[in-house]
Amino acid sequence: MMDQQAQYAKERRSYLVGFLLALGLSVVSFALVAAKLLPADYLLTGVFVLGFVQLLVHFRFFLHINFSKSKRDDLDLLLFSTLIIVLMAGGTLVVLFNLHHRMT
Amino acid sequence: MTETTGLWHLLMGNLSYDALPFYSPIATVGASIVVLGALGTAVLITWLGKWKYLWSEWLTSLDHKRIGIMYIVLALLMLSRGVIEAVMMRTQQALAIQSPGYLPPDHFGQLFSTHGTIMIFFVAMPFLTGLINFVMPQQIGARDVRFPLLNAISLWLTVAGAALVMVSLVLGKFSTGGWSGYPPYTESAYQPGVGPDYWIWVLTLSSIGSTLTGLNFAVTIYKERAPGMRFFRLPLFTWTALCTSILMIFAMPPLTVATALLALDRYLDMHFFTNALGGNMMNYANLFWLFGHPEVYILILPAFGVFSSVFSTFSAKRLYGYKSLVYATMAIAVLSFTVWLHHFFTMGQSPSINAAFGIATMLIGIPTGVKIYDWMLTLYRGRVRFSVSLLYSLMFMLLFVIGGLTGILLATPPVDFVVHNTVFLVAHFHNMLIPGMLFGMLAGYQFWFPKAFGFRLDETWGRIGAACWGLGFVLAFMPLYVTGLEGMPRRSQEIFQPQFAPYLLLAELGGLIILAGLFSLFVQLWVSIRRRDHNRVPVGDPWDGRSLEWANPAPPPEYNFFTLPQVEDRDAFTWMKERGVAYLPAQHYEDIEMPRNSATAVAIGVAALLSAFGLVWHIWWMAVVGLGAAWAAVIVRSFVRDTMRTIPASEVEQAHRGWLREIAATRAVSRDEEMSAGNVGLAESAS
Repeated sequence: MMDQQAQYAKERRSYLVGFLLALGLSVVSFALVAAKLLPADYLLTGVFVLGFVQLLVHFRFFLHINFSKSKRDDLDLLLFSTLIIVLMAGGTLVVLFNLHHRMT
Repeated sequence: MTETTGLWHLLMGNLSYDALPFYSPIATVGASIVVLGALGTAVLITWLGKWKYLWSEWLTSLDHKRIGIMYIVLALLMLSRGVIEAVMMRTQQALAIQSPGYLPPDHFGQLFSTHGTIMIFFVAMPFLTGLINFVMPQQIGARDVRFPLLNAISLWLTVAGAALVMVSLVLGKFSTGGWSGYPPYTESAYQPGVGPDYWIWVLTLSSIGSTLTGLNFAVTIYKERAPGMRFFRLPLFTWTALCTSILMIFAMPPLTVATALLALDRYLDMHFFTNALGGNMMNYANLFWLFGHPEVYILILPAFGVFSSVFSTFSAKRLYGYKSLVYATMAIAVLSFTVWLHHFFTMGQSPSINAAFGIATMLIGIPTGVKIYDWMLTLYRGRVRFSVSLLYSLMFMLLFVIGGLTGILLATPPVDFVVHNTVFLVAHFHNMLIPGMLFGMLAGYQFWFPKAFGFRLDETWGRIGAACWGLGFVLAFMPLYVTGLEGMPRRSQEIFQPQFAPYLLLAELGGLIILAGLFSLFVQLWVSIRRRDHNRVPVGDPWDGRSLEWANPAPPPEYNFFTLPQVEDRDAFTWMKERGVAYLPAQHYEDIEMPRNSATAVAIGVAALLSAFGLVWHIWWMAVVGLGAAWAAVIVRSFVRDTMRTIPASEVEQAHRGWLREIAATRAVSRDEEMSAGNVGLAESAS
């Protein structure tokens, strides 16, 4: 009984941490843009980086993906998906920009 | 196509008398065969009084084995149409040497478009999906796929797509834009008729079905493996099924997107792929081949899996280099996403990009080469039996290497510039798809047929069929390498070089022999059904099989396994047989839950077909009603709470003990007697 309660508290804490991190990252991103805290050149990069960190937060705290052995399958699939999406989307950009460049 | 107006347009869209196929006698005959064939089948079923049986045992079944068999029936039906179209085209090219031949250009264009579309989406895809459906859950020791209803929905979406292709033969004309349907030619400015619309919706239905199938299979392999079935104990066929499913998940969406965007261009005057107003048709080529190249490996990997099973079973040896085969399969799956540009080397990229993709393409030759050597070494010093499956596999090994080498040639951009768009390319990809893909599927069909239906296929007709397919392929496509190198363009309705005549006549002969091969397949089926009592294998293991699908009776019970097996080895069933634990009663039987039949999938298929047909002919009410009905079917289904049926443990135990008694009274046969009537499916222990 105690075990279950402890487990529950631990999970709740993890969700709360995740929620606060996600919230904080979102607020910082909005603040960066709204108050123009960075020079324009770095703004986009800054928001992208914060977005990426937020992505990792979601995976870690909400989808429970981590480096433990029991999550290896999920992690593998995720990394593979990332690889394929990078190949497909990145490849498309390379090819189309190359074609565009040669047309102008 | 004529535009209609007024009330007629509201009710019937652009359908009118002009849609009927009376524009040429050949089209009329083709349409009549479709209509009469459909009517004849319906009459026959009514006459036999089999509608109820068909409905409750097959059409609404969620059993993965039956769904698999229905996929393969669909594939064989569509294969017949595809082969007949191929022979018509070969005949046209053989006749049309400095003469118009018997097919007008517009009709010839439709033929090569439907031939390609059908062969890829309604022969190759259903065939491999059917085989995986039937075999994979049994190989991993599961009772069904993870999502049985979704499985049926995939099937019926594919059937809807196939039905729409058949309808296009009767009403209106199909696209003349080839199976790849490149815009701007397929835009409404250049092809205003219904042809490209048929093509778009046919592909959309089939690609959605395939995406769902991929998800279903991948989850099944991840989640439904029997205890002890670790990843590196999976039979190689299941490994290839896993890689193919993952490719389907990632490769089908670009196709769905490409056809959807093309549909927006055609229906709503958008400009994704037009020449003017900001359209970029190169993005179509890019998206299409982002799908198209992984698709090639979606098709070939399951065939590799079949060959692995066949080589090791018919050599009575463990598969040589199992791990290298697994890693090779994974390498091919990843590399398949890095080479799509080689399909448009000549369309304007810079040489450095072409070179990068050319090198990536050649790299695929390495893992494929590894596989060929592994299979040869599996055969080496094995107890080899030249069964029909093995004959297909041997022909594959020989011919596929030739096709692979021409692929390496084509991967060199400067060579591609010389032979692109010629029949050299046609010869190359048929060389991969017929000996690679199709021979694999036919080998699998011969191999697992006794498991599915409980009797072996006729050997003699099987051999005749295999010989016809092999010889026919060589005669039909080797001459095209020659004429292709000499510059003969693909998709030519008329030929202006009389010196091509001997090659084209040879190819025509090859086409006819392939037709004979197809005919032999059906004769074999007919003869085998007639003589089924001589060839029964109720015990279920006619070839001394090595993986778990052979551990059940043939045909297997609905729930596959009386008790879920404990897997101890890569060749799980061989391990059991060697230790004498393959045919033992269990200590304890459990109730088994299996899915009940459901008409939901059939309803979704019919609704999707109606919706697509409405979209093709601009019958807007029908399109909306169809789409609404499909959603309604899903919602109605969500209210059905009682979806599972329990099979009591006592019934399972009774069936198991009955089967074991039968085995006790059965004589085990040696490998020499494999093809004889004495083989009822119990293999003599090897040890």
